[in-house]
Amino acid sequence: MLSALDRKLLRDLRGMLGQAVMIALVVSAGVATWIESRTLLASLETTRDQFYERNNFADVFAKAKRAPNALSERVAELPGVARVETRIVEGVNLDVPGLDEPAVGTLISLPENREPVLNRVYLRRGRRLAPGRDDEVLASEKFVDANHLRVGDSVTAILNGRKKTLRIVGVVLSPEYVFMVKPGDLVPDPKRFGVFWMQEEALEMAFDMDGAFNDLAVGLAREADLEETLFRIDQLLEPYGGIGAYGRKDQLSHLLLTNDIDGLKVHGTVAPTIFLSVAAFLLNVVLSRVLALQREQIAALKAFGYSNVQIGWHYLKLVLLIILLGSAIGIPGGAFLARVFTQMIALVYQYPDLIIVLKPSVVATGVAAAGGAATLGAIGSIWQAVRVAPAEAMRPEPPASFKPSFFERIGMGAWVPNVARMIIRQLERRPARSVISVFAIALSVAIIIVGQFLQDAVDFTMEQQFFRVQRFDMMVATIEPDTPDILYELQHAPGVLRAEPLRTVSARLHNGQHERRVSLVGLPEGGQLFRLVDSSGAVYPPPTGGLMLSAKLARLLHVEAGGVVRVETLEGQRPDEDVPVISLIDDLQGLNAYTTLDGLNRFMGEGPRINAAYLQTDSELKLQTFRDLKDTPKVASVTVKRNALESFHDTVAKNLGTMKKINLFFACIIAVGVVYNSARIALSERSRELATLRVVGFTRGEISTILLGELGLLTLVALPFGWVMGYGFAWGLTAMVDQEVFRFPLVVERSTYGIATSVVLAASAASGLLVRRSLDHLDLIAVLKSRD
Amino acid sequence: MPSPTTAATTGAEGVKDAVFAARSVVKTYQMGEVAVHALNGVDLDLWPGEFVVLLGPSGSGKSTLLNILGGLDAPTSGDVFYRGEKLTAFNDSALTRYRRDHVGFVFQFYNLIPSLTARENVALITEIAPNPLDPVEALALVDLDKRKNHFPSQMSGGEQQRVAIARAVAKRPDVLLCDEPTGALDVHTGVLVLDAIQRVNAELGATTAVITHNAVIAKMADRVIHISDGRIAGEERNTKKVAASELEW
Repeated sequence: MLSALDRKLLRDLRGMLGQAVMIALVVSAGVATWIESRTLLASLETTRDQFYERNNFADVFAKAKRAPNALSERVAELPGVARVETRIVEGVNLDVPGLDEPAVGTLISLPENREPVLNRVYLRRGRRLAPGRDDEVLASEKFVDANHLRVGDSVTAILNGRKKTLRIVGVVLSPEYVFMVKPGDLVPDPKRFGVFWMQEEALEMAFDMDGAFNDLAVGLAREADLEETLFRIDQLLEPYGGIGAYGRKDQLSHLLLTNDIDGLKVHGTVAPTIFLSVAAFLLNVVLSRVLALQREQIAALKAFGYSNVQIGWHYLKLVLLIILLGSAIGIPGGAFLARVFTQMIALVYQYPDLIIVLKPSVVATGVAAAGGAATLGAIGSIWQAVRVAPAEAMRPEPPASFKPSFFERIGMGAWVPNVARMIIRQLERRPARSVISVFAIALSVAIIIVGQFLQDAVDFTMEQQFFRVQRFDMMVATIEPDTPDILYELQHAPGVLRAEPLRTVSARLHNGQHERRVSLVGLPEGGQLFRLVDSSGAVYPPPTGGLMLSAKLARLLHVEAGGVVRVETLEGQRPDEDVPVISLIDDLQGLNAYTTLDGLNRFMGEGPRINAAYLQTDSELKLQTFRDLKDTPKVASVTVKRNALESFHDTVAKNLGTMKKINLFFACIIAVGVVYNSARIALSERSRELATLRVVGFTRGEISTILLGELGLLTLVALPFGWVMGYGFAWGLTAMVDQEVFRFPLVVERSTYGIATSVVLAASAASGLLVRRSLDHLDLIAVLKSRD
Repeated sequence: MPSPTTAATTGAEGVKDAVFAARSVVKTYQMGEVAVHALNGVDLDLWPGEFVVLLGPSGSGKSTLLNILGGLDAPTSGDVFYRGEKLTAFNDSALTRYRRDHVGFVFQFYNLIPSLTARENVALITEIAPNPLDPVEALALVDLDKRKNHFPSQMSGGEQQRVAIARAVAKRPDVLLCDEPTGALDVHTGVLVLDAIQRVNAELGATTAVITHNAVIAKMADRVIHISDGRIAGEERNTKKVAASELEW
């Protein structure tokens, strides 16, 4: 049986249903974003960790040219090493049925007659490799799906210059390729990059690797010292062309996964905090008004003998009911969003299945945080209302006192019309409330700006990378550094209009204890197909007599232009020398170190060598070009820029679109929540005033101006703050996303400000109109007969 | 005493000359499931420049009548004419126009805008009226020109009510409708307020109707109309008007 007081509570709630629902929506946004981000985080981490554990993902990775199998025993003896697996890993060109352009693949050996001890594959469909079969492969699922292949289909690969048909007998997933990108790419292109596993013996034969390996995976014991192990492995592999061991954190797939998870951690705290703070503010404002209206009821309750605590709890229950309503929407909402984002991520990652972990503790924390924020927002006004002595509360509140506004104090009063005066004085009378309202509306502007900014940044990055920096149509890499003769060959291939050489060399750059593994890139002087362009659009020639470093790389190495880094190359004669840093470039992708092609070759102590070329091609002849490149044995891989652009578009743009919509939705919730509630309260506080004006002859339009003018003014003042805040958020985001792989340019287009402004104005106008309708039902007579 | 139904009217021809002419006005409110008959067939004429007091106990229907005359409410049946025009046929915007251009209201609880000073409260009206007084001039009529820059919260109830009167008359209304203007005031301040109303009536010549349940106030009227149970219960003409300052209750 409900107590009389609880009945009152429910009726009060019904009386303020619109406001309650708006606040509940803001609360639900807070609860939902919390649950969504925590669930997604937990799901990603659990899924990843389980997959890693079940498939024995290695801790250390290393490559060499050709090391004897016996070396693995010496690696196994190193302190901290628990498990060792040696493999043959080779990059190959592929000919995929139904695909004109060349695709590239990575072939990885699997030991015969046993499961590998590390980096096991998970069989999705089909069967495992049959012993003794050298033409069978297991293929990565994304590649198979993207090319609409089935178990039993074949692809042709060029193994060490010889064409070989490989039959797909199984479709697999691997912990090494959860995020499957071709080295050097940013986003997956599953159609044109595949990973295949085949019998060790077949690869030994094809690549002359009998009794040898070129890839090492190591599992560490718990107490192992990673740095020490890396050092020792490097020592062991150096004579065999080792190019530097690295830990999980530098393993490409793992690195990209970690980047994503770290991003979620930030997002997962910021968004709920924003929503719950706004909800707390709204509850404070709305409850203050409810309490002011119920001043005499409170007095009566006290007169009847209800205690302050009982009355306080009564109103707190009102607040908690709203939180409950918000949570009731937020919990399924969060679970739904977690599912949406998980599906988005499933497009990119490759897991056997994504384990969605909706923890009750996460739900409980979310609801508790919402309740806490709400209580915090409400408690002040409740306390203020209940502690008034009953006799005093029985008397109506004294008339609100006002004073001349700022404009009048500075002598501009004569310029301000009366209606504007009312609005400005009203706002000045409650400065804290006005300021927070402005802040909250500005926040919704800022949230939209950040959402749109992601698009601006991505658009800019695409424009920058794919059109200003990369002006080639294709990039071709050779298997080995070769003489420039290959360039002539490429130049004369059908459809090739222009070819420019380049060379890349794996190296470690050192500055004191700071160290990074990079690819040194040697570019030809006067090259046109790949240009060094910074984010401001300035073009630089490759530096002679030293290096040009990515600004991010320089920061990591704690070196500035004019300084010196030690360059330890990991190929050829492995020269190791100090090299001056000539300049820095503010670029957007990767950690790069550029120099001239001649300079690099001189440094390597070798004659003219190149291992890649940029091609400008005639798109009319592209099929001939592809066919020719597929048949060129020295060509290890071909990257078609258009495809890279498309895959970038497909993954990034798609995910971004979803995120933008969700962002917009949430920003509207805040904008509408704040403006609608402000309008309701303004209406409640001033209905008497407005009715009086109606009685003395003001039209509906005129009193709407007075009521909505205040909101309009708040909104207008909030807009520029919102722009600044949005820019600030964008700046913050670029700082947070200042990753080694990918950086955001701080580019906020005018259209972004325009969109944010229009959306917030529209949301404000809609909530204003919603409230304006109530003005039509203003009871002119009743309001004149009563005291306020 | 004349018969109640015809007491306050002079027949159909009066409709044109009267400022207000009410004919068989009935007002019924639905209060939940009960129908309340606030007005039960009222006939009434008010003449230019007249000072009329509508006297009656609370619940007699006098406020309802005033609201209908002021264009705030519509009768359930019957007609009201303002200078020969059928007020009951006006739509909402015509009524707003009518209130804006012709009617001055004074309410029991003043209903000033708290965020505006005395002068600005008056200016709010003069800004939308076609032929207004200067706001300060209007305040001078009620002896408040010296307090023109005070906010409502800085003034006593009587002062606030005088500002309300200044606000009502600043548009040079044709009619001044006052609903219990002294209801919330003590005797002394009440007298000051009534004095202001009387002065305005005399100086501006606006037809003035004051609603009250206080019989003493009736002494200052040209004409007193008694209302009870939603009907005109009687009417008398004061042969000797008493100045507001001489009233006591």
